Amino acid sequence: MHIPDGYLSPQTYIPLYGVFAVAVTVAVKKVKKEVSALDIPYLGMAAAFSFILMMFNLPIPGGTTGHAVGSAVIAILFGPWAAIVAVSVALIIQALIFGDGGITAIGANCFNMAVFMPFTAYYLFRLFSYNTVRKARVLFAAFISGYLSLVMAAILTGIEFGIQPLIASSSDGKALYCPYNLKIAVPAMAIEHMLLFGIVEGLITAIIVGYFLRNEPGLIYAFRKGR
Amino acid sequence: MNKLQKKILIILLLLCMITPIGVLLPVFFNTGDAWGEWSAQTVKELAGYVPKGLSKYSDLWKAPVPGYSVNRKDSSVAHRSGYYLVSAIFGATVTYIVMLLISRLIIRNGV
Repeated sequence: MHIPDGYLSPQTYIPLYGVFAVAVTVAVKKVKKEVSALDIPYLGMAAAFSFILMMFNLPIPGGTTGHAVGSAVIAILFGPWAAIVAVSVALIIQALIFGDGGITAIGANCFNMAVFMPFTAYYLFRLFSYNTVRKARVLFAAFISGYLSLVMAAILTGIEFGIQPLIASSSDGKALYCPYNLKIAVPAMAIEHMLLFGIVEGLITAIIVGYFLRNEPGLIYAFRKGR
Repeated sequence: MNKLQKKILIILLLLCMITPIGVLLPVFFNTGDAWGEWSAQTVKELAGYVPKGLSKYSDLWKAPVPGYSVNRKDSSVAHRSGYYLVSAIFGATVTYIVMLLISRLIIRNGV
């Protein structure tokens, strides 16, 4: 889901840089208010976790590869605003040092995986857990939250790819950037994330939220906010 | 740092040690690149042409460790796995430190 350079037109990546900048500005203010200094080490670990998790490329036999992101579990445990900062740090380091994701696409990639995804995950978790701490319910909500938020972020990425031929084509009808339209890009991104990567994101979210529910329930942001 | 935080750090280190799975599994199942993350050359094979903007911008940034590998021409799976593991430890450490510094700046000193 790391869009490289050259796949998005300036008409797409510049506005997404703008949206991302606004989201980060608000996130910084919210984190300052919401996060205790004692929890700073957790934020460092959350960013590192997301970085490492995205390195586990999983194959769909006969197809492509992909990976989980970790935004869902970070949003549930430490809040969507902290998740924006943590996952963005991981994504920007991946782009700058490892060339994973384009420089022009940093705004788009951060918006998809570090802004849209944690917020979607957080509200899905709140919706499905319905403020209960019953274990089965919480684990179910965590799985759904991880699964759907990754699939929806993949669909969003597919839309960004797919609108490129509409935005920028040369006079002979050839695309200037991503050559695939919505009809191809959206199903391709959606299906592979529905079949495998979303399930992995869901399982990881459920396992880690379950662990914190047993050992440090007081730390879980989604529960502190819920009551 | 409390007990749980120490435990998480150890788990993260262990996860780094098994990141070569991210190289080995795709090789084992013989799968291609992630969708939409192809090189200009691969796009030419797939779509029949390289879009002009794509060829212009695809090499915009020269990353110091491109593709989590110090030597992209080295196609040995064992070597690639080794580079990948070192990249995981290096990248995760940089990410951890940068995030700690940013969090301190936000939470303690204010922005």
